[in-house]
Amino acid sequence: MYVAVKGGEQAILNSHKLIAEERRGDPAVPELTLTQIKEQMQLAVDRVMTEGSLYDRDLAALAIKQAQGDLMEAIFLLRAYRTTLTRFGESEPIDTARMAVRRRISAAYKDLPGGQVLGPSYDYTHRLLDFALAAEGGVGAPEAEAAETAVDAAIPRVTDILNHEGLIEEEIAFDDGQGGEGPVADLTREPMAFPADRDLRLQNLARGDEGFLLALGYSTQRGYGRNHPFAGEIRLGEVSVEFVPEELGFPIEIGEITVTECQMINQFAGSAERPPQFTRGYGLAFGHGERKTMSMALVDRALRARELDESIEYPAQDEEFVLYHSDNVEASGFVQHLKLPHYVDFQSELQLIRSLRKRHGQDRMEAAE
Amino acid sequence: MSATRTQEVDGEAGYNFAYLDEQTKRMIRRCILKAVAVPGYQVPFGGREMPLPYGWGTGGMQVTASIIGKDDTLKVIDQGADDTTNAVNIRRFFARVAEVPTTEATAEASIVQTRHRVPEDPMTEGQIIVYQVPQPEPLRYLEPRETECRKMHAYKEYGLMQVSLYEDIARFGEIVTSYSYPVMVNDRYLMSPTPIPKFDNPKMDDFPALQLFGAGREKRIYAIPPYTKVKSLDFDDHPFAIQQWEEDCALCGAEETFLDEVILDDQGGKMYVCSDSHYCTKRRAEGHTGTLSESAAKAYAAAVGAAPEPANPGPAKPEPAKEEA
Repeated sequence: MYVAVKGGEQAILNSHKLIAEERRGDPAVPELTLTQIKEQMQLAVDRVMTEGSLYDRDLAALAIKQAQGDLMEAIFLLRAYRTTLTRFGESEPIDTARMAVRRRISAAYKDLPGGQVLGPSYDYTHRLLDFALAAEGGVGAPEAEAAETAVDAAIPRVTDILNHEGLIEEEIAFDDGQGGEGPVADLTREPMAFPADRDLRLQNLARGDEGFLLALGYSTQRGYGRNHPFAGEIRLGEVSVEFVPEELGFPIEIGEITVTECQMINQFAGSAERPPQFTRGYGLAFGHGERKTMSMALVDRALRARELDESIEYPAQDEEFVLYHSDNVEASGFVQHLKLPHYVDFQSELQLIRSLRKRHGQDRMEAAE
Repeated sequence: MSATRTQEVDGEAGYNFAYLDEQTKRMIRRCILKAVAVPGYQVPFGGREMPLPYGWGTGGMQVTASIIGKDDTLKVIDQGADDTTNAVNIRRFFARVAEVPTTEATAEASIVQTRHRVPEDPMTEGQIIVYQVPQPEPLRYLEPRETECRKMHAYKEYGLMQVSLYEDIARFGEIVTSYSYPVMVNDRYLMSPTPIPKFDNPKMDDFPALQLFGAGREKRIYAIPPYTKVKSLDFDDHPFAIQQWEEDCALCGAEETFLDEVILDDQGGKMYVCSDSHYCTKRRAEGHTGTLSESAAKAYAAAVGAAPEPANPGPAKPEPAKEEA
């Protein structure tokens, strides 16, 4: 009788009923369908897929609905589902040079092969609330006219163009020391170990919280690890995913995914071994996620400090700091575990502080005498 | 590879017995064996994402899921109590995905999963206690870097911790750590006993049951095999001492248990009761009474408007596995 939380089981069940009721809202309002979420909340779906590490628009939409639109909770739901899936192999690397581009911009060149393709973007919208969207009848079926000429089928990457002159470092595949590329790290199967290689870091950043990476990337721009970035290229579009089944021995296409890729170009003064040249920071996200990929690219570059012989002075350069705190499912769980009862520890602290106060009082009395 | 998902339980179609797939359980059991072989050493393991939040017992759950079988009986406690919401929730999870019998009686359980307490009832050979671990690294608050901490363990370089304890004595006259009080295991590894009160530390020494520790977020498993030396750090002139209360349990009169302080009103009224709910219930069933058995029941009933619990509620019955609706 002495613990107010007695009867926890019934309370938990009742709490579940209450969230089901709250989630539904006013029953007079039609219930949201997964198709509506998938079609009209695409950017939320994209973020949940990216940080949930699972490319499945239907399940992401379900997670968003189940989480009442709380994207971190939706990411958690998707992750908890993903962890039960069997991992049957690694795909071939996707080739973004062969992307069916819908948007492609470079801040480094005015014009370049393939051209600047603005595509769908909020960048140049005036952020004025559009009351037409609030109108009863909706917006109908708005349609954008097609351009007179189609976008090129394959658009070379800006970094590849720079590479012709050797002005930018080569992207070197991970060497396992035996002439092969070795297996790609997977932090969902093996615990992270430090120092971390770039494959592990990039996986961690790709799953990492957008807000956390945004703030860290921003901090590098404001002077906490400055590395002079240029948005070499950002592209959005569809790429095919290829897989080599062991029994076939050659790649087959297993599907198509939408990705956003950011190649950040950064200055580098050179070191004893390396001539001055541009260096890279890389970002990739499922769906359309430019804020995420740009932040990721800035942090990826900052985390290469060790490899490039730069002094490590700032949070964004500190791989243990960044990689251990980027995951919002881990962070959210641990912050919110403070809601769990801690009264045994608190009782211990109560006792301690009472004893310390008693001693403090005695000491003062003695001092006064 | 698909074989890992073919086993299903009646309760929760689509999931393997005890939730984790068999390959994952094997990986975790290998890590547990390594942990048992090197007492107190933190073994990194490929922790999985669980359907409960990190920090809420995912490490302990993965350890329990990997060792539990159909003939096991599970007890889950949080703060010593079987009826706190998180304990209820984890017990419900295993009743659902593993369909094992659960119990509140420490002696009847083959596995006890715990957060923040070691049960008051002695445990015996053949039993296993699984601790949920928020932060496995005892040095973390002194050295945030994992790479550095691992080196310090490798060299058995624990001077930093000794200095920190010494500084406490210099400043406060005593070591001001009341829970998560660091221990040396088998004279080799410094270990966090998890946030149990230091009151429970002596129980870990020469403990007849196997002690396993799972940290899900930090992806570490460690262990203390039965009858291993576990020593709380101290100094010759400042020996380790546990908490003591001036009062006894107000309900069962126990004199040597960890007591929780329960606030009765806003006038400073309070009572102390055993944090181990099963132990307290058992004692009351045996006829032990505390100073407030009657009046406290009334005061509590008046406060929450509930019917008072009978003063002598009969022996605790093992709780059969319940399938929630």
